[in-house]
Amino acid sequence: MADKIFRVNMSTLTTSIEDVPKSWAGHGGRGLTSTIVAAEVEPTCHPLGEKNKLVIAPGLLSGTIAANSGRLSIGAKSPLTGTIKESNAGGTAAQILAKAGCKALIIEGLPEKDCWYSIALTPDSVTISEETELPGKGNFAVIETLSDRLEGKHAVLTIGQAGEMKMSSANISIKDPDGNLRSSGRGGLGAVMGSKKIKFITIDAKDGKVAIAEPEKFKEANRVFAKALVDHPLTAGLGQFGTNVLVNVINEAGSLPTKNFTAGQFEGHEAISGETMHDIIVERGGKPRHNCHAGCVIQCSQIYNDAKGEKLTAGFEYESIWAMGADCCVDNLDQIAEADKIMDDIGIDTIETSVAFGVAMEAGVLEFGDGAGILRILEDDVTKGTGLGRIIGNGTGSVGRAYGVTRVPVVKNQAIPAYDPRSIKGMGITYATSTQGADHTMGYAVTANILGVGGNVDPMSKEGQIELSRNLQVATAAIDSTGMCLFIAFAALDDETCLPALVDLLNARFGIGLTGDDVVALGQSILKTERGFNMAAGFTAADDRLPDFFYTEALPPHNVVFDFTDEEMATFWDF
Amino acid sequence: MKVTIKLFAFFRESRFKIENRDLEKGTTVGNIVDVLGIDRKEIGVLMINSRHTTLETELSENDILAIFPVIGGG
Ligand code: SF4
Repeated sequence: MADKIFRVNMSTLTTSIEDVPKSWAGHGGRGLTSTIVAAEVEPTCHPLGEKNKLVIAPGLLSGTIAANSGRLSIGAKSPLTGTIKESNAGGTAAQILAKAGCKALIIEGLPEKDCWYSIALTPDSVTISEETELPGKGNFAVIETLSDRLEGKHAVLTIGQAGEMKMSSANISIKDPDGNLRSSGRGGLGAVMGSKKIKFITIDAKDGKVAIAEPEKFKEANRVFAKALVDHPLTAGLGQFGTNVLVNVINEAGSLPTKNFTAGQFEGHEAISGETMHDIIVERGGKPRHNCHAGCVIQCSQIYNDAKGEKLTAGFEYESIWAMGADCCVDNLDQIAEADKIMDDIGIDTIETSVAFGVAMEAGVLEFGDGAGILRILEDDVTKGTGLGRIIGNGTGSVGRAYGVTRVPVVKNQAIPAYDPRSIKGMGITYATSTQGADHTMGYAVTANILGVGGNVDPMSKEGQIELSRNLQVATAAIDSTGMCLFIAFAALDDETCLPALVDLLNARFGIGLTGDDVVALGQSILKTERGFNMAAGFTAADDRLPDFFYTEALPPHNVVFDFTDEEMATFWDF
Repeated sequence: MKVTIKLFAFFRESRFKIENRDLEKGTTVGNIVDVLGIDRKEIGVLMINSRHTTLETELSENDILAIFPVIGGG
């Protein structure tokens, strides 16, 4: 059966299942969500209004046996940035959605009645139901209740209280194979889902399977592809220490944003490092290796237990740990894990929220290092939606405006993550030019700037950075369309068998004849589609820059500023 | 001359986190890597005083050398 577009209209409470328009057929994942948002959403619309649409799409290879192919793309106009947005996450939803024959689920309109709904999708139906039990509850309660309520294997997408309150940092959480949560974290897509009054979405593929045009070729390509991933030396480190292995190397490089971006090294780095985390996990009987979806051969996720050996949190990522750790000066991994769990439960982006706390600390709302204070405000204010809770829940920029702080690390109102752009200049280019606000995953220049992967570019020099960021952003847009986890990029950059095998997988899946150049062209056209939407929404080249303080305040220990001119920055788009 | 050596990730296993060593003048980063029994092929990042360096570089008095295996994340 050919894949279909499933459409849900919340204004009329009607649904339909449609053929895929020709011009969308070659797209999947991010390429598809961005194409649909650009085609159907008025760029100037209010992100929480009737005209915005939430688009959910599995990648082109999701639902197949291809290694690491189970990532889901969710797109909309972002209430945080006002730009187009694609947020990418693991969990079981991409695979199950693909097996259900759904190319994309489009949710449009706003309901008239003041009540909550759920959506259920199967291969031949998509239905809207009123939901009375779960509104007001956190994500973990949703997952638990639904696993009792529903029979069979379901994917679940849910929002917590933050999404219900339409906070601009609200995320959409996706169930993983073991009932943990993965998040479509950035850009406030949970608020868009909340504005449409949808508490959760369930997907049941029944006995649906993804059709493969050339099964033998597909298997062979996957063998080569998976081997390239497993053989890459960094796969071992990611499995053992998780992404948090980065704390010490970024700190050593003097690029770990500390105390609301006033220093590049954190005294307490060792206490929050991947090495320490690994020891704690093993000591307490947690799991250092875990995958966010079946078929991942890298397994960067983990289960972190508390001192009593009970599960505290899962999928404990470097950027989340950095944000509450170094940026807020909290050198206590247990407090950070506790906060991570609360933020997962209420469904709010850990990066945006913790960086917002860093700005709140600078404003004197609480002291730097006050981990207990963060936990208290999360529970008493953000979860309950008090005035302070909403200021924080609306993100870093919101806190800066409310308290008159000028050192506010955001681009297009989205918090800058864990790599200081003054001493990793390639990341500065990515933050400034990304079509979605500051986001490290859009073009991860840390590779060549710091890690020596895919070549070497001096992190403190301007030379080669624009080209590096551009190449990475183009490649990322293409990878995000396949459903592949971005961590395949490390192998793709270093192992020459990896990318051709990925292209072979696409060709064997669909019976087509793409070349490497076609994939590059796809990445370029996605970026241009996204930028076109932003320009029509009112963004200009002047928005492609970092906040002033990065150009004027030198970052210790290297005492460097960000020194690209706006004219230089504009050359990014010369392609 | 005195040099501080820091090891990271699995390079710490059955070695150390941080150690001060007294070294002969002219010692290179590669010499230290070999003395520590680290496989050169496993090395991802080398830094002296928070700047990237190479196996051939000679160390100077009071340098801090950091040795990382191939790592990544993001
Ligand atoms: S490497 Fe990590 S993020 Fe990627 S698919 Fe595996 S567990 Fe998920």
